[in-house]
Amino acid sequence: MTDARQAPSSRALIERSLKRRNAAERRFRLYGVLAICVALGFLALLLGRIIQQGHSAFVAHEMSVSVPLDPSRIDRSYPAGANYDLMAAEQVGALLGISPTDEAALTEVREILSPDVGLQLGEQVRDDPALIGQTITIHAPLGDDADQYLKGEINRETLEAQRVLTDRQLDWIDRLEARGVISSALNTGLFTRGDSTQAELAGLLGAIVGSALMLLVTAAVALPIGLLAAVWLEEFAPKGRLTDFIEVNINNLAAVPSIVYGLLGLAVFINTLGLPRASPLVGGLVLALMALPTVIIATRSSLRAVPPSIREAALALGASKTQAVFGHVVPLAMPGVMTGAIIALAHALGETAPLLMIGMISFVPGVAEGFTSAASTLPTQIFIWENAAERAFHERTAAAIIVLLAFMILMNAAAIFLRRRFERRW
Amino acid sequence: MILSLGLLLILALAAAGFVLGRARLARVIGGGGPRPVSRPIHHGLRVALWSAVPAAAVALAAALVSGPVQVQAARASLPAEIAAQAPLEQSVYVSDVIAQAHGGFASARIRTPAEQSAMTEAAQTVRRIDQGFRWGGLALALIAGFLAGWRAIVSIRPELKARQHVEAWIWLALALCSTVAVLTTVGIIGSLLYESLRFFRSVSPVEFLTGLQWSPQIAIRADQAGQSGAFGAVPLFAGTLLITVIAMVVAAPIGLYAAIYLAEYASRLQRAWIKPMLEILAGVPTVVYGFFAALTVGPALRGFFNGIGAMLAGGPLDALGQHLMQVQNQMALVAGAVMGIMLIPFVSSLSDDILNATPQSLRDGSLALGATRSETVRKVLLPAALPGIAAALLLAVSRAIGETMIVTMAAGLQANLTANPLDTVTTVTVQIVTLLTGDQEFNSPKTLAAFGLGLTLFAVTLALNLIAQRIVKAYREQYD
Repeated sequence: MTDARQAPSSRALIERSLKRRNAAERRFRLYGVLAICVALGFLALLLGRIIQQGHSAFVAHEMSVSVPLDPSRIDRSYPAGANYDLMAAEQVGALLGISPTDEAALTEVREILSPDVGLQLGEQVRDDPALIGQTITIHAPLGDDADQYLKGEINRETLEAQRVLTDRQLDWIDRLEARGVISSALNTGLFTRGDSTQAELAGLLGAIVGSALMLLVTAAVALPIGLLAAVWLEEFAPKGRLTDFIEVNINNLAAVPSIVYGLLGLAVFINTLGLPRASPLVGGLVLALMALPTVIIATRSSLRAVPPSIREAALALGASKTQAVFGHVVPLAMPGVMTGAIIALAHALGETAPLLMIGMISFVPGVAEGFTSAASTLPTQIFIWENAAERAFHERTAAAIIVLLAFMILMNAAAIFLRRRFERRW
Repeated sequence: MILSLGLLLILALAAAGFVLGRARLARVIGGGGPRPVSRPIHHGLRVALWSAVPAAAVALAAALVSGPVQVQAARASLPAEIAAQAPLEQSVYVSDVIAQAHGGFASARIRTPAEQSAMTEAAQTVRRIDQGFRWGGLALALIAGFLAGWRAIVSIRPELKARQHVEAWIWLALALCSTVAVLTTVGIIGSLLYESLRFFRSVSPVEFLTGLQWSPQIAIRADQAGQSGAFGAVPLFAGTLLITVIAMVVAAPIGLYAAIYLAEYASRLQRAWIKPMLEILAGVPTVVYGFFAALTVGPALRGFFNGIGAMLAGGPLDALGQHLMQVQNQMALVAGAVMGIMLIPFVSSLSDDILNATPQSLRDGSLALGATRSETVRKVLLPAALPGIAAALLLAVSRAIGETMIVTMAAGLQANLTANPLDTVTTVTVQIVTLLTGDQEFNSPKTLAAFGLGLTLFAVTLALNLIAQRIVKAYREQYD
């Protein structure tokens, strides 16, 4: 009887607590969804913001200007000494109705041109002195401030004293654009030029070549050593204290902060062995040491995935241990090894801190000539440009990030493709 | 040039050894006789290895010895007036002599004519030594390779187990490759210790670890003002700790909840999409996070706090408002929060693995007793997985401590001893970068301080990693 009396109340109790418990359950679940939304939201914000900041750098405004090379103003014995910038500015000024004697105005005109106009004129005259006396047409990027104005980054509403361009410079730019002297085109200079102190002339070619050379060194060092080390540890090494010690070492190296590798590179490769600072060779060696644990760990797991029956079959047919491993196990593990290696290299491509330690922070104009000359790389170029004061460099920094991410996505896609195409389930 | 020539000659020697080895075997067995134990290719490879490896070893030894001998020669030629100067000047002179000998960049020191002629003479000596080692080393290498190869050829018999010889070489090569990992550790510890000990000769370790004043910008020349910098690293440790704590406050709950959702609630399809997206977050280079922090998060948070400050100023919370209005882009909160975002996928993927490793029977038992899923997670799975999750968080802390680019780009340079997340702080890694980039002389305490900081950083992260690995290992064994 007591049961019958208590049953309704305990049932109500349970139902009430059940409601509370289900609410807690929904809340808990909601927290999980929220956490994932926050993480993915940050990813979207990060990528969206960088594309928003960087996409405009892939288009640039350029200007074509025809300059008569007045023989009276160019010394034939020293053509490099002529003031080509001024000659070009006078021609642009003529289009705008500025008198050639108005020096203050011409100086302002020069500010919206790129120094590249004068450089190109000087180069053409040096290569072919017969041009003196003729009129030649130059296509050159617009100065970075003028380019930023046309992209809407510099606002006319800002007080004149607080912007880099004066009111009349803005008027001139508008008029030149209306007359078709200034046109916008794909910014090929971003991929065909090296770094420069002038934002409109700064390109990524040097950084891309530097990164490529460095990754070559990394791949040439880390892949064979990593592969062979993993083969030894997995297939040959006598299991014992020594291999345990090596294993602990590898696991710890994978977690050492990257900047410590930079200190190692500085102390050992540069100061002790005397290898050249800021060179792709040293950078590649440092990154190879960093990538080594990853390569070894990936290789070992794909070696372990090859079933023992393969080894046993080879041994049963009279192959030696070495022949069984290198003739059968390693080739079968190769897709997994390559996948791991590409992912390790993609990671190395984005690594910055150790490269700063070995001197890749200085301005390197042009393109690295070889493995031992000073070079910049994509991540260090991003770091250097981010520190630049000009607004136009911010846009280029974001563009450089887009290029870097594109390369990394390409490499990861290659790794995924390899895995899908060649991976075998036993 | 000599490098590629030497490589080519050694390769040619090996190729010749290969051909001669095979030919020798063919001659030894002649027409008939016993069948050789090993195949001709192994005999060829054996001779090739015996000629190439000793040659390469001798050449490498010559290349390694050459540098120190050149430095010794340059040091021996030190003019008296430079020998009387500080050790730093002496080593600058020596490196200038070496630079002159090899056409490298010399320092901007002004030399008297007498010193210059002494330098030119020394440079010539150095160049002669260099040439001698290059050509002498190559010649010795070829002789060594030839002799060893010859011995290998002469010893060819039909019953010789050439394959086993070759495989022994391969085994040795593989074992050597595995020691590279150990050598790297030794290199890291060795170089950090060596340079740190030099640093601790001028600054006492006690002062370094307990000093409250950090201003390493000491003068390079002795006569400049502010010669003795202060190397008390406590403000750096405090700054690192503050940023790490902020990062973990962001990363731990978000990463943990994401992992719980993925492990316990998500459908197969959701997992297939969400996991790779989180991995993208983990694959983004840190320099990109730094850019994001410096140019997006920094200005945004600063605007936010300045706006709140402007509202509060003049009211009852005037002091707080004034403080908020002075917040700068480089506050600890910015670097910490962005670092936290970076660590989310790290925490979530490690915790996800750990949760998946808990036995299914725990889950089933709890659900069978009527617990809801969240109660199962909170009361059964999390306590069971606690050691593993603690290890994951420790690894994340170690990552945060060693992270460099985000703090270099988004945190400041001022060493403030503060716990206010809206203040500018600096970290160990930022100071390492600052001390070692830009113009520097390698032997000044300023640059050596970076190695002292590096050693501290390495020791702390190593300890955290070792503890975390220990915990994970014990945890795995518990359920295996």
